Amino acid sequence: MTPPQRQRRSPGSDRPAAPAPGGAPAKEGEVRNPERLFVIGGEGGGERADIDLVTLIVARADPPVSATPEQAALLRLCAAPLSVAELSAYLSLPFSVVTVLLTDLLASELVQARAPIVRQKVADRNLLEAVMHGLQKL
Amino acid sequence: MDFKNSDTIPGPRTEDRLPHTAEAAVKIVIVGGFGVGKTTMVGSVSEIRPLTTEETMTQAGIGVDDNYGSPSKTATTVAMDFGRISITDELVLYLFGTPGQERFWFLWNGLFEGALGAVVLVDTRRLEVSFDVMGRLEERGVPFVVAVNTFPDAPRYPVAELRTALDLPEEIPILDCDVRRRASSRDVLMTLMRFLHSLAMKGALT
Repeated sequence: MTPPQRQRRSPGSDRPAAPAPGGAPAKEGEVRNPERLFVIGGEGGGERADIDLVTLIVARADPPVSATPEQAALLRLCAAPLSVAELSAYLSLPFSVVTVLLTDLLASELVQARAPIVRQKVADRNLLEAVMHGLQKL
Repeated sequence: MDFKNSDTIPGPRTEDRLPHTAEAAVKIVIVGGFGVGKTTMVGSVSEIRPLTTEETMTQAGIGVDDNYGSPSKTATTVAMDFGRISITDELVLYLFGTPGQERFWFLWNGLFEGALGAVVLVDTRRLEVSFDVMGRLEERGVPFVVAVNTFPDAPRYPVAELRTALDLPEEIPILDCDVRRRASSRDVLMTLMRFLHSLAMKGALT
């Protein structure tokens, strides 16, 4: 029995030269990128903080009386460091909604964000070795 | 959710809290077709009970089915099951898998960007369902390894034949695994890390 056959692709072949706002024209047989649904927006539609799923969030203060219920819940959750993904899971809120909440909390210095280590052009060998060492203990 | 009672939101169990020394996190994404075992793999190595995060996206009215029989929704929720492995007191590894619609993962901003790499889980009974995912990883320059989840009734192909069928270069590891077993899932992750390490040694990461 012969398995089905795939064709390799190359880096960057999915990228339009200049992504136009609202999405590049749909290729044949493709649909335009769905837009993200913006649910609980900060007022003014300002920039959202650069937050990753694995950015670790730590509360810097107890919830102030002015905090919204969502903000208060979030601040209580991250008394110890917690990833944005975990906050989203425990709060049952979509990732983008949590990033909006966090943008406000970061601006008012109620939380601290510990940025993730992202893949570099040349990966940090020490980091990879640390991860391997940690996995070996599993 | 009723946020009036935010005190009642269940947070992490005491044993699921990270130490205050946790400084940074890295992530690995596990991709593959529906039912191939991504969530099982996350669960078998995670130190926490797997959690689910989600993102909501609108969807052009195309007949996309999410396997739950609702073909014409206007908003699609992409759910990601994830788990966590504490590497050191300072470093945490997160593993993301998904039970949902593959084509939407790549619209989730930041899911693959910054990931150390990916594991493509394949089922030899339905090899072709992973083709598109592999192509998209290649397009984005996300390094990946291929793990064949060995189902008892699935056809077994020699690795060379599989490599040809998947059109993968010699350096990309292909290995068998049983994602229900922690040791096997860990070996898959180790294989990915060794592969990433070899790329780093070559300075060939793009």
